[in-house]
Amino acid sequence: MNYKLLINIAKSLLLARWKQTLVAAIGVTFSISMFITLLSFMTGLNDLLDGLILNRTPHIRLYNEIKPNKDQPVNSTAEYKDHYNFIRSLKSGGTRQEIYNSAAVLQALKNDQRVLGYAPKIFAPVFFNDGSINIAGVINGIEVDAESSYFHFKDYIIEGTAADLNKVSNSIILGKGLAANLLADIGDIVQITTSQGEQFPLKVVGIFQTGIQDFDKAQSYASIVSVQKVLGKTSTYITDIQVKLKDVKTAPALALAYADLFHLDALDIKTANSQFETGSFIRTLISYAVGITLLIVAGFGIYNILNMMIFEKMDSIAILKATGFSGKDVKRIFLLIALSIGFFGGMIGLLAGLGLSAVIDQIPFTTASLPTVKTYPIHYNPLFYVIGAAFSLITTYLAGWFPSRKASKIDPVIIIRGK
Amino acid sequence: MSDKILEAINIYKEFHDPVTVAVLQDINFSINKSEFVAVTGKSGCGKSTLLYILSTMDTDYKGELFIDNEPMKNKKEAQLAAIRNQKIGFVFQFHYLLNEFTVLQNVMLPGLKLNKYSAKEVEHRAMEKLTMLGIEKLALKNANRVSGGEKQRVAIARALINDPVIIMGDEPTGNLDKKNSEIVFDIFKRLAEEFKQTLLIVTHDEGFAKKTNRIIEMEDGRIIN
Repeated sequence: MNYKLLINIAKSLLLARWKQTLVAAIGVTFSISMFITLLSFMTGLNDLLDGLILNRTPHIRLYNEIKPNKDQPVNSTAEYKDHYNFIRSLKSGGTRQEIYNSAAVLQALKNDQRVLGYAPKIFAPVFFNDGSINIAGVINGIEVDAESSYFHFKDYIIEGTAADLNKVSNSIILGKGLAANLLADIGDIVQITTSQGEQFPLKVVGIFQTGIQDFDKAQSYASIVSVQKVLGKTSTYITDIQVKLKDVKTAPALALAYADLFHLDALDIKTANSQFETGSFIRTLISYAVGITLLIVAGFGIYNILNMMIFEKMDSIAILKATGFSGKDVKRIFLLIALSIGFFGGMIGLLAGLGLSAVIDQIPFTTASLPTVKTYPIHYNPLFYVIGAAFSLITTYLAGWFPSRKASKIDPVIIIRGK
Repeated sequence: MSDKILEAINIYKEFHDPVTVAVLQDINFSINKSEFVAVTGKSGCGKSTLLYILSTMDTDYKGELFIDNEPMKNKKEAQLAAIRNQKIGFVFQFHYLLNEFTVLQNVMLPGLKLNKYSAKEVEHRAMEKLTMLGIEKLALKNANRVSGGEKQRVAIARALINDPVIIMGDEPTGNLDKKNSEIVFDIFKRLAEEFKQTLLIVTHDEGFAKKTNRIIEMEDGRIIN
């Protein structure tokens, strides 16, 4: 098969009607660039919104839930073991929030290949004293380095530095809302009362803002050591272990395994935040739907132009067939025309899409709830470009297929005798 | 020299629209190598219809057709296209040049399609044909920039590019003035005499027909002479 010849003929036909060709190609370019931009922007936004919660959420959280003991004595007695026992007015027992044997658990996590990192934590409900007013809140005792590297703690500090928690003893970082309520600023001392009634002064070394109002109004961070001191506990006392996995998809299964292994409660990210995945999925779906609709519209443009071209070039098709080009050859010529419109239109579309994304990436976007975001978020993913390129070729091929078939079926006798 | 180039046996064709009418009946004849044959007859006698059957472009007929001793029945569309490309040269009433191409490219097109010679050789051969027809100066002009008479000569050059066993013409002088008609006829005459080219020309021009070696006269879908 002499493809060079067919390509030559296709090229000549294309260039002969270059204005129409250009319009068709611009249609493809426009839709591909919009497709790329839309997806990049939408995914960027998705990542941003998910990150708002999910960045700070451990993939698995290990803790002791305060709940009634499952193993009640009546179930163990020989006499009633095989009965179904109803027990009323059951109270939560003396389960402590402390994780038993925490050092061994941490060591086991450290050796686990599936774990990317972990951060121990103490969860301590306290009252912040402001004169005679008490504000209920929480102090999270954290390991600043682990918390920063695995859970982006540093990103949310808007005043002061996270590292000061380690450097300054008995220090605290307050949520923005909480600090405002306490009229506290960096360098001030705040008084707290623990649930056991102990009072303790802590020095404010920073203020953080997560963008979630309720969170910022009640939460504060201190180093693990400080919180242990406040609560009067030993240096092995921790209440939570936050685990970050290498593969987030394994979280539900691994959570079950850990709960069993360590005799702890384990909450995985999927169970805790399933609504985020649904939201992201639907937003992505909408972006794809809009992008593909644009492409289909461009496809109709190509279909029209090819149909018109075939109508105009009836004579040429007839003589090509008379002089020995088969229907297949004619079909190939018109498919080549369609595909080259798709190819060049699509290529320029990809570049334009990249350019447009880059421009959007520079547009300032500041919002109080998102302190780390300065411009509109764009997610650059090569996959979008591959999909865009594939779709531009597929749509133009389909758009070209019907007109090409029509061209291949033209009967030269009818055209030539009709003159 | 009695090699049969083309043979038609019992060719029959009917049109169904609006009522079934037999347009060709009992068509039996053969053409030998280097014959210059004219098919004449009144308008509507079926001579053009016959030509398109003989050209393999119309496949809706009964009977048998042999070109170069090869049966044409039951061949696929692509095979027939290949035969047209290699063995038949066409000259129509209208020139059918591709306006996007130069004269030279138009002539080369069937040659490139045949793919027997390299592009360089095809170009050389095309120039030879153009020179033979005295229009080599037009080679690089665009096809829509040459005059009607010249276009028809370009079409003849295109018909010759693959050295076909037969050239078929459908009223090749029908659109030309007297002078150009004569030029075209002289070319055909020369092809027949000098190059032993077989020609089958459909025409209603009595003057043209009389000057050929053999006349097939048709009336009402039959050969009468």
